[in-house]
Amino acid sequence: MHVPDGFIDAPVSVAAGVVAAAAVTVSLRGARRELDERTAPLAGLVAAFIFAVQMLNFPVAAGTSGHLLGGALAAILVGPFTGVLCVSVVLLMQGVLFADGGLTALGVNITVMAVVTTVVAYAVFRGLVKLLPRKRRSITVSAFVAAVLSVPAAAAAFTLVYAIGGTTDIPIGKVLTAMVGVHVLIGIGEAAITALTVGAVIAVRPDLVHGARGLTAPLRLRVGGELVDAPADEPVPVAARSHRKVWLTGLATSLVLAGVVSFYASASPDGLEKVAADKGIDAKVEEHGAADSPLADYSVQGLTGARLSGGLAGVIGVGVTVAAGTGVFWSVRRRRPSAASATTGAPRVGESA
Amino acid sequence: MGAGHAHRLYRHGHSPVHALPPHTKLAAVFAFVLVVVSTPREAMWAFGLYALLLAAVAHAARVPAGFLLKRLLIEVPFVAFAVLMPFVAQGERVDVLGVSLSVNGLWGAWNVLAKGTLGVAASVLLASTTELRELLLGLQRLRLPPLLVQIASFMIRYGDVIADEMRRMRIARESRGFEARGVRSWSVLAKSAGALFIRSYERGERVHLAMVSRGYAGSMPVIDEVTASRAQWSYALRLPFAALAVCLLGWTL
Amino acid sequence: MDAVTPSLEVAGLAFAYPDGHQALFGVDLRIARGERVALLGPNGAGKTTLVLHLNGILTGGAGTVTVAGLPVGKRHMAEIRRKVGIVFQDPDDQLFMPTVREDVAFGPAASGLRGPELEARVRTALEQVGMEAFADRPPHHLSFGQRRRVAVATVLAMEPEILVLDEPSSNLDPASRRELADILRSLDVTVLMVTHDLPYALELCPRALVLSEGVIAADGRTGELLADDALMREHRLELPFGFDPRSVTMGA
Repeated sequence: MHVPDGFIDAPVSVAAGVVAAAAVTVSLRGARRELDERTAPLAGLVAAFIFAVQMLNFPVAAGTSGHLLGGALAAILVGPFTGVLCVSVVLLMQGVLFADGGLTALGVNITVMAVVTTVVAYAVFRGLVKLLPRKRRSITVSAFVAAVLSVPAAAAAFTLVYAIGGTTDIPIGKVLTAMVGVHVLIGIGEAAITALTVGAVIAVRPDLVHGARGLTAPLRLRVGGELVDAPADEPVPVAARSHRKVWLTGLATSLVLAGVVSFYASASPDGLEKVAADKGIDAKVEEHGAADSPLADYSVQGLTGARLSGGLAGVIGVGVTVAAGTGVFWSVRRRRPSAASATTGAPRVGESA
Repeated sequence: MGAGHAHRLYRHGHSPVHALPPHTKLAAVFAFVLVVVSTPREAMWAFGLYALLLAAVAHAARVPAGFLLKRLLIEVPFVAFAVLMPFVAQGERVDVLGVSLSVNGLWGAWNVLAKGTLGVAASVLLASTTELRELLLGLQRLRLPPLLVQIASFMIRYGDVIADEMRRMRIARESRGFEARGVRSWSVLAKSAGALFIRSYERGERVHLAMVSRGYAGSMPVIDEVTASRAQWSYALRLPFAALAVCLLGWTL
Repeated sequence: MDAVTPSLEVAGLAFAYPDGHQALFGVDLRIARGERVALLGPNGAGKTTLVLHLNGILTGGAGTVTVAGLPVGKRHMAEIRRKVGIVFQDPDDQLFMPTVREDVAFGPAASGLRGPELEARVRTALEQVGMEAFADRPPHHLSFGQRRRVAVATVLAMEPEILVLDEPSSNLDPASRRELADILRSLDVTVLMVTHDLPYALELCPRALVLSEGVIAADGRTGELLADDALMREHRLELPFGFDPRSVTMGA
């Protein structure tokens, strides 16, 4: 998703640079407030972690694999300010050291990938954590939803930038369709891995998850020289109920997203799909730079009508969201007993068994 | 970014370009790319001249053409994107070999390809003639916030350490018969990522202790001061100024 | 500095972590100038907690720590951190700068040294550990033993009153281990060495302290302590198989 030079015209690139600089400045202040003099080493190490985790390949079916983008993960683990800083530094270094992403497009890249992703993810995450019951599972669920939304949000932000300063006259609806459509799918992979990673961290060091600081550890009593958990005074919610809530959230989210995709897909009937179909070019086309991202090679260009393929994208989107979501929560649930026994003795948060 | 990612692009040498202070090079490359991006796309000859300018720099830096071209491969995904443009864009259409293409889209594809390639080539030249540490000093000299430079330098310093930890975890997984295959392995891999985060964060805390133990109180002590003479500045800025001349010609002709 | 003022004096030091876990229960010790002392103790005895008190990273408990006559506290923190050089266990934590030279310069530069004086200080410190040829190398290109030596140099560059080493021999191969021992023996500073490596303690430190359950359980000549089987067993300290401290005549 790294934007190269020449994609966005000079004035808009400069403007995006100003926006990015302002956001980074605010984040520097915010991070200093959060971490004081530990900012440099901690943010540096987290940036190195994001850098490393982008190299960790997650296999998708049939020999393809994807990797984490990390914006949502950073926001949830270390907070929005430090998160913006870490991702910005990663982008800066990728641009300067690896020529990955244009230098003039650095502002666009930071604005879209560091700022929008992180801020959207964090806002959604905090909102959901407040709404859902105060349990460890809620954190994982919120992380999933936050990540799944953050990636298409970044795509939409890119489309906005493109609408203002794009150098080629492609209908904006079409750009939005392509960008958001593909990124919904990328977002699902991102979300699954983000949620699982946050879940793994919270199982071992809940204190390190910035977004979960509101969850307090259960009080412990000293009984006969041994430490025992104080009895929880709120009843444990029924598993099925929270499960249904998860389902509903996931379904609603994917429906909304799919709706956006389908709407724009059918609003622009003379799309790439149509041209391709008319002229018989149904070769599989790589639509996006993130070709190794989860499910990025999915495409419906070969189908007969733009409207149909647009709608199909939506349907597939919902289907995949639900399937992936179910898979994730199923595996999370299955994991819980073993996770619980593995952490016996360590201070735990939200243990409800 | 794999093993020894710290700086794979760097190519050791003693050319005049290598010897330039890093901030002059950074400023020159940045100005050059900005000029290129501002050039009207119809002025095709201008982009040819830009390429010649970069070739001259590569020659002065003794960076072989093969090395430079190989590093340009990073751009391939965008080439794919650019190739799509003539099909998608609107407006007047022309027939090329029986395929209807948008004129506007063709120009757009050319625009992205030319400018993107020149941008990547300039960045590659910068990275291949400037050591990592120098780049950081240069960024600091160009008034990048010191805290940001510190974060970047910690990231560079510990990137390898963390990548190594990741590699060790992978070996440990595989030694126990784990094979990453399909979506079902995500939970295991994500657990590794979680463990990696915890290790990284805890290392950050230990590094902070080590820094505090040696008198760190919030700001990095200045150890190396890079300075550039007027001659060095004017040498470095010949590139963007030459480009600017071409650009102005491109707008007027 | 007169010989009477000890390099380090700890009196009645007790400390509990914010989570309530108490690690130190009244530590008393005194190390004279120029001594090399080993601090032995099983895992969880509070060794690291004690070390972090020596330069004021942890404070707020009961008792006092005095370094060369200067009480550890907010008032003299910069001075204390210069006088107490801690070499942490993992050299990767200690070496956080892009090159060896900058890393060694970090401490003195933080205390305000600049220019040729700083360069001289860095050179001397690197010469002391035999790493002057590696000044411009990035730390991650060095071997583990070399990194440990550079870590020692980063601390020596601050010309400390006392050098505190946390498990200096861990992860070293026998040759690196011997090289480090030679370097430590050649230094003219007070050394406090926290270690599990009992033969290494015997080789380098004439005197040893045993820290167990948050207090100093024994203090004496290293050879005599290691030969005291009952004491060793009581504090979960075990000598390597076949090693007999009575047959070794080193450490004096």
